[in-house]
Amino acid sequence: MSRVAVVERPLDVAALVAEVSSPTDGAIATFVGVVRDSNAGRPVTGIDYSAYGPMATRELEAIVAEAAAAFGGVRVAVEHRVGTLAVGDASVIIAASHAHRADALGGLGFVIEELKRRVPIWKREHYADGTREWVHAGSSRSAPLSGGVA
Amino acid sequence: MQLNVLLFASYAEAFGGSRMDIALADDATVADLLEELQAMARARGLPPAAVAVNQEYAAATRRLAPGDEVAIIPPVAGG
Repeated sequence: MSRVAVVERPLDVAALVAEVSSPTDGAIATFVGVVRDSNAGRPVTGIDYSAYGPMATRELEAIVAEAAAAFGGVRVAVEHRVGTLAVGDASVIIAASHAHRADALGGLGFVIEELKRRVPIWKREHYADGTREWVHAGSSRSAPLSGGVA
Repeated sequence: MQLNVLLFASYAEAFGGSRMDIALADDATVADLLEELQAMARARGLPPAAVAVNQEYAAATRRLAPGDEVAIIPPVAGG
């Protein structure tokens, strides 16, 4: 079974790998998203992540179900962390398990791209000069659906 | 109809809280809500947002009801 969660604790890749592993599977693909020390040329010291928790969980559940349908029943565990993270902290980890690598890798890529596109999670970067800014690089999936505000 | 909408991230910061009351016509749609928000959002330099109804992205034509859980969704940035 696949599993998703939005959590406030540090993430553990090994635990997710163990969770999805199965004697029938020959491939486990993992993705670890990590807080980087710069963005668009500005030094970054940390990131606040926040989420619309219940909807984020529902969207993640829909995404892993879509991944299973498109990639041969791939089983996926995904956890996204919220709260204040420092450079080097993992913000998201995904483990995708399948009998063969093509579906493990395909499912993994699908889940991270869809997560970034539509899961209601936001981040505010802290910069070395003490300022903070919301990151609006992505676009909400529903902007075309709803028309957008501005 | 009085709606109590959920706000997140830049919208929650700009409007000073995680909820906001908005008065709309009884037959209002998501598009009507977005139109009501537009001037307020622009004046605060906020990016275009989407709307979720009962924890799902909603189309502009979706009719709103007083018991709906309505949320303003700024551009997402997970990962």
